[in-house]
Amino acid sequence: MSDYLQSLSHLRAGLDSGIFSARELTQYYLDRVNRFDGALNAFITKTPERALAAADEADQRLAAGERAPLLGIPYAHKDIFCTAGVRTTCASKMLGDWVAPYDATVHQKLNAAGAVLLGKTNMDEFAMGSSNENSAFGAVKNPWDHAAVPGGSSGGSAAAVAARLVPVATGTDTGGSIRQPAAYCGITGIKPTYGRVSRFGMIAYASSLDQGGVLAGSAEDCALMLQAMAGHDPRDSTSANQPVPDYVTELDQPLAGLRVGVPRQWFTAGLDSVVAARIETAIAELESMGAQRVDIDLPDAELALAAYYLIAPAEASSNLSRFDGVRFGYRCAEPRDLNDLYERSRSEGFGEEVQRRILIGTYALSAGYYDAFYGRAQKARRQIAANFEAAFRDCDVIAGPVAPTVAFDLGAHMSDPATMYLEDIYTIPVNLAGLPGMSLPVGFSGRRPVGMQLIGSPFTEGRLLAVAHQYQQRTDWHQQIPAPYQEGAA
Amino acid sequence: MSSMNGWEVVIGLEIHAQLATKSKIFSGASTAFGAEPNVQACAVDLGLPGVLPVLNAEAVRMAALFGLAIGAHVAPVSKFDRKNYFYPDLPKGYQISQLAQPIVSGGSVTITTGAGEKAVNKTINLTRAHLEEDAGKSLHEDFAGMTGIDLNRAGTPLIEIVSEPEMRSAAEAVAYARKIHAIVQYLGICDGNMQEGSFRVDANVSVRPKGETKLGTRTEIKNVNSFRFLERAIDYEITRQIELIEDGGTVQQQTRLYDPDKDETRMMRTKEAADDYRYFPDPDLLPVVIDPSLLAEWKASLPELPDAKAARYQSEYGLSPYDAGVLTSARAIATYFEQTLNAMGSATDAKLCANWVTGALAAQLNKANLGIEQSPVSSDALAGLLLRVADNTLSNKLAKEVFDAMWAGEGDADSIIDARGLKQITDSSAIEDMVDGILAANPDKVAEYRSGKDKLFGFFVGQVMKAAQGKANPQQLNEVLKARLGPSEGSS
Repeated sequence: MSDYLQSLSHLRAGLDSGIFSARELTQYYLDRVNRFDGALNAFITKTPERALAAADEADQRLAAGERAPLLGIPYAHKDIFCTAGVRTTCASKMLGDWVAPYDATVHQKLNAAGAVLLGKTNMDEFAMGSSNENSAFGAVKNPWDHAAVPGGSSGGSAAAVAARLVPVATGTDTGGSIRQPAAYCGITGIKPTYGRVSRFGMIAYASSLDQGGVLAGSAEDCALMLQAMAGHDPRDSTSANQPVPDYVTELDQPLAGLRVGVPRQWFTAGLDSVVAARIETAIAELESMGAQRVDIDLPDAELALAAYYLIAPAEASSNLSRFDGVRFGYRCAEPRDLNDLYERSRSEGFGEEVQRRILIGTYALSAGYYDAFYGRAQKARRQIAANFEAAFRDCDVIAGPVAPTVAFDLGAHMSDPATMYLEDIYTIPVNLAGLPGMSLPVGFSGRRPVGMQLIGSPFTEGRLLAVAHQYQQRTDWHQQIPAPYQEGAA
Repeated sequence: MSSMNGWEVVIGLEIHAQLATKSKIFSGASTAFGAEPNVQACAVDLGLPGVLPVLNAEAVRMAALFGLAIGAHVAPVSKFDRKNYFYPDLPKGYQISQLAQPIVSGGSVTITTGAGEKAVNKTINLTRAHLEEDAGKSLHEDFAGMTGIDLNRAGTPLIEIVSEPEMRSAAEAVAYARKIHAIVQYLGICDGNMQEGSFRVDANVSVRPKGETKLGTRTEIKNVNSFRFLERAIDYEITRQIELIEDGGTVQQQTRLYDPDKDETRMMRTKEAADDYRYFPDPDLLPVVIDPSLLAEWKASLPELPDAKAARYQSEYGLSPYDAGVLTSARAIATYFEQTLNAMGSATDAKLCANWVTGALAAQLNKANLGIEQSPVSSDALAGLLLRVADNTLSNKLAKEVFDAMWAGEGDADSIIDARGLKQITDSSAIEDMVDGILAANPDKVAEYRSGKDKLFGFFVGQVMKAAQGKANPQQLNEVLKARLGPSEGSS
């Protein structure tokens, strides 16, 4: 089996040629989860029985001659996607053992594709955070350095993929929650255009920004997974009614003539010099492959940060109102009256960061403050989108940092939320503009990986994946496995 | 009791009309009334994590029809907002509504108060009508100190219809509410059932000294489930406010509930500061875009509305404005009236029909507290009766007797006429025979009459009718009697 673990297409070949069964493959990854996850804490819920049953079903389909890209491929869900029969916690005490009576559209699609769910991964509570430390189920460790955070909020998915506990995992990205942990964990992640992947059954943080995506070992694996997840969903009014191109075919687009925009404003004092150097090297590599570097202007990053931390909490304050202790989820013991039920259920059930954002959002939407805060933030949002539109007149993709630094130490920013928020300064503008963004590994700073961000205009996922794929044909950063997890992995 | 003199009353109404869609505004769950609690609430209505609303296009069409019917602006683009507040029967912690860009704005209706000579028409302008979802119900009885929640109603589509504060009396407010009620029923967009809460009226009431232009502090009256109670509640509230002010007090901004048992309004909650609902655009829903060609299609599909119908009844059938107004005041009445006319075929007599529908039938329905849809006498059956009136088989008096028998379920008009032998005697020789018999039996009275005691004419009519068991055609009887008696000297 070990010759077939490098990528989904290798796994595909192994399964299709009968070298191993889906059950054997599933058991292999379940064993790795059991062996390594005690240290990582990447999983909130493991589903071995269901996984083996799903693998058996995949084996039957394979035996019947069916061939499909994800048939029998194990994966994990960020624990924000609703799965009927398996609890969905959003890493919150508020949801605890809540089990959705329905499947998220993404889960339905992956089920239908024959993919095998191994379990549900840890995250920042309700996807609010950049370190995966805001979890009712404990922090996740970075497989490259257990003293470091894996990033967040899709930290469990990123750590699990980096440690090869699963070949691929889902994530969600509201302000960088796929791209930043992918960068910190040295893997490849894609946040598609807003509306490309259905949000139905994906528990909402900030509805106008949330977007489901993929964390995987390579751009090619991202393409295979995204192919199955993307598409219009009549149950999500904001999902895009646009055909999904064949991402795998598009991977072969050459880089010759591609204009790579490099935002001047992003390579300034705030950016760690080693991170900057690794990204410059990667851009030079793209140039050597025929791409053309164009320096561009992308102003207003600070404005984007301020706008995000009003819009996202405002939407969150409303989205999270349904967690009131009345119908489901956590309810405080012996409420005295209705207000007591609300107050204690919510202050006992939600973690500190979630409560902070609910309060910020409630304030931002309050009468008398709406125009000054939420209204101006929406104006800033339009400005950010216009900045990108202008930039894309001069270039085809934008390349830059994902985060100002590599993964920071566990606990480093916990007492200082504002510094933590700065982590998202390069990723947030992309969400505000609804654009597709990727993170791919381009080297290390010490033991900690460095990621480069690629940003495209709406619905150019295929091109982003192609650029990353072409780069990954020439480099092997994406094939690096953290030392403690190399044994038995490929 | 304080006098109204010197005071002006200002009333605006907010009407919530449930739209008659089969499924909810943002989910596929049924909207049927009366199911077991919580069986018609799907994951979307329960506000479970991860679910998303999908707009029911039929609700949009119905709201647009309302706008078209009242000559309002139907927005080519309208938007949904979230109205945030916590309450156990509001599953998401917010209500999806429309604040900044409602689907309908402006428009007006004409109301009539008073009847006959004193009838007054007035135009009432509307502010807006917007789409929103209904909340569930909190049931405070039956749970011994606890509250039960029924979310069947959660997500039922509503239009909230907001008037300008242009009504100046309870009578005007009721006339306006009735007109809106008629319009939504004519359009088929609301069943109008006030008992089941399909049509809910809240009244904002304030008073101010005559001549004052600034509005007084208003109270909002809720929980009014009939037009009769609406009138009483507003009248009570007007008196309460005037007395309060005249006694040196001030009106507090409050929400008040009407208690029909005590016929009074009482405070539900004060509104010291305006509630902060933290409205913002709902990011889960796209703007509602109505294509102009679709709007034109909907406009062409509008049925004949009450005012147009009433005008037609006057011009086509020669009905009085009052009768035309009563007959068109509800779609069901107009439908019944038109069906009766149709069933009469070539013998159709609109005035006769109008008299019966607004007279005997309305009186019986009212007495039995029934809607016209539930009338035990169908439009076909009534037509059967009216045909016998039109062809002189029945006098009006006999017709009323037959109608009562029909109401009691004794069969159709003809079989009752046969069974009771109620057929009017119109055979002139039969009447002549009866008249001759009576005159022969009363020669002294005949002599008295002929010598000038003309008042005896009534005596003869009575005697003949008695002999005819009331069935002689009165007109024929009069004619024959006059001819046989000859002149009374005193009457010339």
